[in-house]
Amino acid sequence: MMKMLLTCLAFVMAVSAAQAEPLRIELDSPNIEPLPFAAPAFIAETAGADQYARDLAAVVSSDLQGSGLFRAISQDAFISQITSFDSPVQYADWKAINAQALITGAVSTTGDGQIIVKFRLFDVFSEDQLGEGLQFVGSTNGWRRMAHKVADAVYSRITGEGGYFDSRVVYVSETGPKNARLKRLGIMDYDGANQQFLTDAQAIVLAPRFSPNGDRVIYTSYESGFPKIYVLDVASVGRRVLQDQPGTMSFAPRFAPNGQDVVFSLTTGSNTDIYKLNLDSGQRTQLTSSPAIETAPSYSPDGTQIVFESDRSGTQQLYVMSAGGGEATRISFGQGRYGTPVWSPRGDLIAFTKQNRGRFHIGVMRTDGSGERLLTASFLDEGPTWSPNGRVIMFTRETAGSGGSSTLYSVDISGRNLKAVQAQASDPSWSPLLK
Amino acid sequence: MKTFTKVVVLTTTLALAACAKSPFDRSGNGAGAGAGSLDNGGISSSALDANSPAYFNQTIGDTVLFAVDQSTINDTARATLSQQANWLNNNTTYSAIVEGHADEQGTREYNLALGARRAAAARDYLVANGVADNRLRTVTFGKERPLAVCSTEECYAKNRRAVTVISAGVGS
Repeated sequence: MMKMLLTCLAFVMAVSAAQAEPLRIELDSPNIEPLPFAAPAFIAETAGADQYARDLAAVVSSDLQGSGLFRAISQDAFISQITSFDSPVQYADWKAINAQALITGAVSTTGDGQIIVKFRLFDVFSEDQLGEGLQFVGSTNGWRRMAHKVADAVYSRITGEGGYFDSRVVYVSETGPKNARLKRLGIMDYDGANQQFLTDAQAIVLAPRFSPNGDRVIYTSYESGFPKIYVLDVASVGRRVLQDQPGTMSFAPRFAPNGQDVVFSLTTGSNTDIYKLNLDSGQRTQLTSSPAIETAPSYSPDGTQIVFESDRSGTQQLYVMSAGGGEATRISFGQGRYGTPVWSPRGDLIAFTKQNRGRFHIGVMRTDGSGERLLTASFLDEGPTWSPNGRVIMFTRETAGSGGSSTLYSVDISGRNLKAVQAQASDPSWSPLLK
Repeated sequence: MKTFTKVVVLTTTLALAACAKSPFDRSGNGAGAGAGSLDNGGISSSALDANSPAYFNQTIGDTVLFAVDQSTINDTARATLSQQANWLNNNTTYSAIVEGHADEQGTREYNLALGARRAAAARDYLVANGVADNRLRTVTFGKERPLAVCSTEECYAKNRRAVTVISAGVGS
């Protein structure tokens, strides 16, 4: 894992006297007009930094524009050129092209394979710098992460909430025909870059999930011929099977926020129940015990509750129980069937898959089941996962027919900004923000 | 011709089993590999030995079907499973794995659990008809291995299935 150093720049730009509304995007506002910004190529301060200077600005722009909250102004429209990181900003030139935010940056290379990235964010209409300048130091092969960190800082300063760009997604890569599909675990940056594989395609793998700090992945594999749960170390790609009882099958694993417990489904005979296993002690606890199907458990971020799906009422519905098991409260009451609930990292919402009248939807509801909103509709959408800041959901969309294939999509919790992220992929799990 | 195709597939399955390869490995799509070199007339006219796995798979039928979101054994399935049980009772050197499958109209985890229900329902019927418990194992594939790939009820009906896969050996 790349080490990155973050420091605040000592020099602060002169405070301007001009007054205007502070630069701000209210994420809960019903109508968000994308905020226009300018991100000129960063200044290359050493020989050999030119390519990084262009690429860093491009990735920052792509992150911000991709969020649907910002709109990049074309470089062709720029009046001023940024020639030095420390020269005063010509606010009038940026106002004239209606740039509300200006991002400037500089990059230099060191002799030992590192780069230093600096940036500043300006509120053009207030003629003021927004927050302190920041500096990141890291290895050259981590330059995209530094761009994501710049974009996260901009997002965070303008929205008042944490960003999500410096994060990764683990998923299932899918190739081959529908009746003999080859599946393997893949990992990529949140935006689909830097794709790598974590397993070969020898056995079916399903539904990988990150540990709370992103260092491990827990998933289901058929490598023994039967579905069993494996834990994989992301750095070494070493894996081990979770202990289980002979003759049983297990799947749908997910970590508890403490990183030590995992919940999963275990099938004995015809019955599927939810169990908890402590990875350290190996102690196993049965959390549900009805003859119905109980699966897809997900912890609340404080670790005190578990949301899961059960067909104990006759059809698939969502229930919440204490993390210790026992009585459960049904929270889904709309038309159709509900599955794959996932608790938001902010704790306020539960995302789910809904099936109704032959269509599939990704939706969100409050944790008591109120305020249900459907964000998508298609032949087959399923398996939501949350961005680290709880503002974006990624999921699998599968197309119909013999040539049907899976693609990862993302959508805002407002239902805006639906877009494809990665083709030939399913079962995404979003990491926390990287350190 | 239809029978011929089935025999070729079966031959391949047995060949795989003989190589001690996992019976679950459906990714190897070598079924058609040697087809052109076989004598079509000779194979299609030969009668199957009632004690052969080929007889089990083709004449009795290795597959039973289920209604949408159900794991109830219907009359057709009952007839098939009764014959499967007779065959297994007459051929005690074989064991079987019962696979449960679902159509694509459902979420992944739920379909795994549903496939497990279907496999268990078929297994339980075989056990109730005298097959020793330790000769049968179940596995669910959920919606991961559809038999038919179209997205209409015609295909879905074929995919909601339990398949009894025979292998040599007396079980655990």
